[in-house]
Amino acid sequence: MKTYEKVIEKLILLSAIVATISVALITLFIFRSGLPLLADYGVFEFIFGTNWSPTNGSYGILPLIVGTLAVTLGALVIGIPTGIACAIFLSEILSKRWAKAFKSAIELLAGIPSVVYGFFGLVVLVPAIRNYVLPIYQIFDPEASATGFSILAGAVILAIMILPTIVSISENSITAVPKEYKEASLALGANKMETIIKVLIPAAKSGILSSIILGMGRAIGETMAVLLITGNMAKVPGSIMDPVATLTGTIAMEMGYADPTHQQALFAVGIILFVIIMLLNIIAQVSMRGIGGNAS
Amino acid sequence: MNQITLNSRKTTKNIIFYGIIGFMAAVTLAALIIIIGYILINGLTQINLEFLTQEPSKMGKEGGIFSVIVGTIMVTGVGILIATPIGIAAAIYFTEYAKKGRAVTLIRFFTEILAGIPSIIFGLFGFAFFVIFLGLGWSVISGGLTLALMVLPTLIRATEESLKTVPMAYREGSLSLGATKWQTIIKVIIPCCKPGILTGLILGIGRAIGETAAIMLTVGGSLRVPSSIFDSTRTMSVHLYVLAAEGLSMEKTYATAALLIIIVLIINTVANLISGKLGGNHGN
Repeated sequence: MKTYEKVIEKLILLSAIVATISVALITLFIFRSGLPLLADYGVFEFIFGTNWSPTNGSYGILPLIVGTLAVTLGALVIGIPTGIACAIFLSEILSKRWAKAFKSAIELLAGIPSVVYGFFGLVVLVPAIRNYVLPIYQIFDPEASATGFSILAGAVILAIMILPTIVSISENSITAVPKEYKEASLALGANKMETIIKVLIPAAKSGILSSIILGMGRAIGETMAVLLITGNMAKVPGSIMDPVATLTGTIAMEMGYADPTHQQALFAVGIILFVIIMLLNIIAQVSMRGIGGNAS
Repeated sequence: MNQITLNSRKTTKNIIFYGIIGFMAAVTLAALIIIIGYILINGLTQINLEFLTQEPSKMGKEGGIFSVIVGTIMVTGVGILIATPIGIAAAIYFTEYAKKGRAVTLIRFFTEILAGIPSIIFGLFGFAFFVIFLGLGWSVISGGLTLALMVLPTLIRATEESLKTVPMAYREGSLSLGATKWQTIIKVIIPCCKPGILTGLILGIGRAIGETAAIMLTVGGSLRVPSSIFDSTRTMSVHLYVLAAEGLSMEKTYATAALLIIIVLIINTVANLISGKLGGNHGN
């Protein structure tokens, strides 16, 4: 009986470290497959090269990095204020019952597959930008790209996709602020709005920050949605109406037909992406630990 | 400045503040309704028995999506079958066995990190490891194994949450009656957590069905019904991507998207119903 329990305990421990082993294996295999090209081509030339044309042996990913950053930044500009507003709405304004309903709506938003977002962007948002936003934009910049496949389209769809992350984590950390803070503020004569802005948000700021970092990670890593709507043009963009290619989109699109060297280059793109995401995740993890300590 | 103007200035500020917040919440809700509504309105009319039961022809331009549905079920099934025992066991480790310490913190940290890795990286890994290194090729099993890693954090988290809600008294009661730790876990704690574990499972299935990038790189895109788990196949989300990217048939694309939305809606509803029941479980 005792040995039986011991074996089970070992099996359970083994299951617990599967995730850790996986992270190690993922790191190993991405690096193993991409490093040869990075070493051959030069890390500097790879990251700062402005020409991505694998068929000619040019592997400069600066346009892809700029493309990814542009859509991500756009998504954050739209997503952060909207997300925080929704979090306040959920935790401080809605009654419990309505908050629960609103929360399931946000969860539903998180459940929609990214390829469906991409398809929606393709059939609704891209034409809408082409038909309604572009004519206005062209008054100021007549040369603007006229297809609708653009940074703007990517940013709007990504903003919606990162909302659930920002809302749920921000809401948790606002709710976690001790009741006494709020009561003290109200007792001092501050009204609800002042309490929210000057007491609750500052007290919850480490959680809100982590939610933003995680949202950013999600935007940078998102593939299928941006692939369908940003136009996949590996050129450094000049305006938000320009099409861009992203790190993720390029990997997904070109992997299917890449020759061996090109494949290595795509794995090298994966290395860059992996490093960026890892850094963001670690920062978020560390700052998230701050939430618990904040209250006491 | 007298009291009245001060007050009215405060009220205007208040109105603007609540106005902005309400507006943004309304926009979020509107986005959800528009996306789901648009896809359903355009796609529902295209879904019929033939679409569900016929094999696709001409690259999916005509016919149905029967083989794609089979492919989706197979890949998702393999992924969930592999991930479920590991996920539940890992959660049991964290709540019942793990003592506080460096090693446990590290294991937990890497579990969180796994959850944050984007699907395209999983795809690259699955391609390099399962497809090439282990020689499994583009196949259901390569995709299933990759998916298993992707849904593992979801499963662990959901199971852990529900294990935590089991009162300490249950454990003490069982142990004091002479049951061993494992007997306590399997006969007392797990039965209490069934709804929570089930919710995690369903959410995992949801994530698996919606997954695209990782599947594209590990399962391939064959449109035939796979005869074994070593065959290549195509899942619904990959099919939707191919149809949308190549503009083969608007009707079939809308229908596939609508079917995906319906599945997501069902999964969310079921998960909510089960976890709603869970809430009342230990209330008294």
